[in-house]
Amino acid sequence: MTAIKRDKPYSSTRNACKLCTPLGACVAFKGVKGCLPLIHGSQGCATYIRRYMISHYREPVDIASSSFSEDAAIFGGNQLFNTGITNIREQYNPEVIAITSTCLSETIGEDIPRLIHEYRSIHAGEELPAFVNASTPSYSGTHLDGFHEAVLALVKTFGVEGPKEEILNLFPGFVSPEDLRYLKDVLEDFGIGYILLPDYSDSLDNPNWTEYTRIPEGGTSITEIARTARAKASIEFGSVFNRGNLPAKAETRKHTLTAGEYLEKKHFVKNYSMPFPMGIKATDRFFETLEEISGKPTPLRHKRERGRLVDAYVDAHKIVFGKRAIVYGEEDLIIGLVGFLDEIGMDNIMVVSGARSGLLEKKLEDATGKSPSGISVLDDGDFETLRETAEGMKPDIFIGSSKGYYITRKLDIPLIRVGFPIHDRFGAQRVMHLGYKGTQQLFDRIVNALMEYKQEKSNVGYKYM
Amino acid sequence: MSKKNKAILPDPSELKEEILSKYPKKVAKKRAGSIVINDPEEHQVQQSNVRTIPGIITQRGCCYAGCKGVVLGPTRDIVNLTHGPIGCGFYSWLTRRNQTDAGADGTNFIPYCFSTDMQDSNIVFGGEKKLAQAIREAYEIFKPHAISIFSTCPVGLIGDDIHTVARTMKKELGINVFGFSCEGYKGVSQSAGHHIANNRIFTDVVGLDDSVRPGKYRINLLGEYNIGGDAFELENYFEEIGITLVSTFSGNSSILDFENSHMVDLNMVMCHRSINYIAEMMEKKYGVPWIKVNFIGAEATAKSLRKIAEYFEDDEMMAKVEKLIRREMQEVTDTLKDVKPRCEGKLAMMFVGGSRAHHYQELFTEIGMQTVSAGYEFAHRDDYEGRKVLGSIKVDADSRNIEELEVEKDEKLFRKDLPEKKAKLEAKGYKFSDYEGMMPDMDKNSLVIDDISHWESEKLIEYYKPAIFCAGIKEKYVIQKYGIPLKQLHSYDYGGPFAGFKGAVNFYKEIDRMVNTRIWKLIPPPWKDQPEIVAKFADAEY
Repeated sequence: MTAIKRDKPYSSTRNACKLCTPLGACVAFKGVKGCLPLIHGSQGCATYIRRYMISHYREPVDIASSSFSEDAAIFGGNQLFNTGITNIREQYNPEVIAITSTCLSETIGEDIPRLIHEYRSIHAGEELPAFVNASTPSYSGTHLDGFHEAVLALVKTFGVEGPKEEILNLFPGFVSPEDLRYLKDVLEDFGIGYILLPDYSDSLDNPNWTEYTRIPEGGTSITEIARTARAKASIEFGSVFNRGNLPAKAETRKHTLTAGEYLEKKHFVKNYSMPFPMGIKATDRFFETLEEISGKPTPLRHKRERGRLVDAYVDAHKIVFGKRAIVYGEEDLIIGLVGFLDEIGMDNIMVVSGARSGLLEKKLEDATGKSPSGISVLDDGDFETLRETAEGMKPDIFIGSSKGYYITRKLDIPLIRVGFPIHDRFGAQRVMHLGYKGTQQLFDRIVNALMEYKQEKSNVGYKYM
Repeated sequence: MSKKNKAILPDPSELKEEILSKYPKKVAKKRAGSIVINDPEEHQVQQSNVRTIPGIITQRGCCYAGCKGVVLGPTRDIVNLTHGPIGCGFYSWLTRRNQTDAGADGTNFIPYCFSTDMQDSNIVFGGEKKLAQAIREAYEIFKPHAISIFSTCPVGLIGDDIHTVARTMKKELGINVFGFSCEGYKGVSQSAGHHIANNRIFTDVVGLDDSVRPGKYRINLLGEYNIGGDAFELENYFEEIGITLVSTFSGNSSILDFENSHMVDLNMVMCHRSINYIAEMMEKKYGVPWIKVNFIGAEATAKSLRKIAEYFEDDEMMAKVEKLIRREMQEVTDTLKDVKPRCEGKLAMMFVGGSRAHHYQELFTEIGMQTVSAGYEFAHRDDYEGRKVLGSIKVDADSRNIEELEVEKDEKLFRKDLPEKKAKLEAKGYKFSDYEGMMPDMDKNSLVIDDISHWESEKLIEYYKPAIFCAGIKEKYVIQKYGIPLKQLHSYDYGGPFAGFKGAVNFYKEIDRMVNTRIWKLIPPPWKDQPEIVAKFADAEY
């Protein structure tokens, strides 16, 4: 594995391979029952983040804003904050109001916990929603940091110590609503009581409604989040989590814990941290952990899913073997993907992420159990650097978000859309990544893309392949 | 508009009361002025361009979005550099679907998203050095004719002086470099960003090239952003009737054309809200008059083309215009014959932009659909009530912060002949510098709502049960959960063009498909068992 040496270290970012911190926090907060997020900053942040989430999930996404004006940017936004909260209460009557900061409010030093405290004292005696806030300056880290900061804020704010319960916390990371539904199926098949946080499997992939619901159904309730502190164990998927901007955080000694680490440290909830369960090996680790925690064997259905996946690997291995893949996106997703691709005999030739944790190489090694040769690792990267480097690499396939399409179009090779954002294909909410089932779907898509490419480029016009 | 003020809708006073009753008292008082029951015969004040109330879930964007996203975004040969953390640049990366024809040399920077991607240390120690370096890099990669810088929120707060950096880099690189102080918190909506964009383009770009382009007549098209290829349609028309289109602000546009844009005989304004500033400044400085045109709707297109030919007082051009209209109207008429019977009598509402909510009513009228409610996202009073109110608009603190340029006559280039021509035509009743606004064109008792909120849309839908709702992607999936199709008029739902005659045909077919598709039968609307309030107009199928 080699880190890409950039002969021209650009100080600008040319076609970013990351989104901003508050977006991730908003996604996570959407997975809390009865929750309405408020972005404390200019209204453009809420508008942009909504339009981006909506173009991916194709669902209503209501996010409020405190609509900073020029004078508020100078004198502080407490007045706007108070009006905003009162308005949200009147219109939405939410159970939870989740507040994220922005580059604006962080730069002028807005103290959101104090603002919440003040609001509570002004409105003492009224029935108030619960409040939670995550610090998400967009100049620090990526949307993944925002996501995990939000999850951490939720367990910190709402976790309540008590007698241990026979339940499992599952912190799935930034995955699709379909992944979340799958994980719930797995835990239910195991018969394990669980708390999945966040759970936007309904709120960001709603069925049609017979009655309009201002705040979509679904999500983890704060009563459930309270119980995370009393759980028997936690499983969290990921490798880098909210350490996407580790060097800067280390400088300011602001290095934070993950939700699982926090619960372990504070409430002695045993934490099992593992990379995304993608591919046989990583998914085995997840299921083995479930067996260990529950004391039950893996249900037959999942054993058979595993068996079918191995069978598929065998059947299609001639198509994928030795194919050269470039993978990009969030570090945690990349690490999961590389483990899986390594398993099916594809050559990972380059991985690219916009995050700059400095951990990518090491975590890749941990995940694959070796130091895979031939992978170029580009962190703190962007799509233009990716394009310039990829052109000489002769890749066969790209795996990542819609944002890489302009490169694959030029290289004339297939792109398998995974992760976020996917805004040029239908059904982003239902793209699967995790478990035997998710891997199977991903594997079928990769194989078919390669077959289709071969078929279309062939002069023979094969009908049987 | 063809069927002006014929219908009278039921009085929606009760609806207005109900909407306001849910707001806290202060908010209700504020919102009351933004919700007006229209009377086209009376002049009513429409409160607009006022601050959004926090927490209300507005559809509005910010100053940066208006400046970088809307006005400067669609020009292919300016490298746009966002100075700030990554989000703003990422979210405005190609999202508006502006198309461009990169021409023979293939220069097109629209697909690039350049950002200084500010980090913690830049916020603490300042980002000017990084900005200068990023400009150098952009120059090295592309050798562009110009680079522009857009400030995001933290830039203004930490005191980075982008204009000094721009001047320094201009000198160093020998190309045009200019900056926009369009921090997101400025103004009350993207409208502030339009104004800031207009100002800087006028001071730093317009007037740099005084050459005279070939052709008998030269014009600019202002406020046409070439979403879904609209501008391409119009360009063909101008060519056919013998007019040289010097520049379009800004769709399928080039900075080289902007530099030369003062050397024209006439400015045509499409989107009055976003671009009227340049039109006004150009008239003051160079004597070029402007007229309001509208190419949304077949009849409106015909009317606008005739208006242009009348301006040039050229019979040959008028003959070409008539020939073009006759030819193009054939397909329009044929399509209407097919589509109109299926759409007639249905209700529409639209809440979008600063001109589209007005313009698109034309298209609905043509297929027999009635607009019962409409409003803008970021317009000012003149866009609702007409330019006659310009003198009486109170300038509040938010608007005062946006610079109003002092423009003086350019003695060398001022076209003395044009004001004379203008006076002569005006004497004959020809209208210049005129926009009457949306309200006079809407029916009595229709509801005009500025900066509509989610809550208000919900109530409107329950009351009117429209067949279609037009807005943007943020509203789309909310409205469709009600079983009502939403047509995106910002991005066109990835379709278009909708301008000109072919655009009208596209739009008729699109609306027919949307309001008549069988899918809606699978979604029982929430009011299935409720009595009709607007019985006379409501869609009988429900």
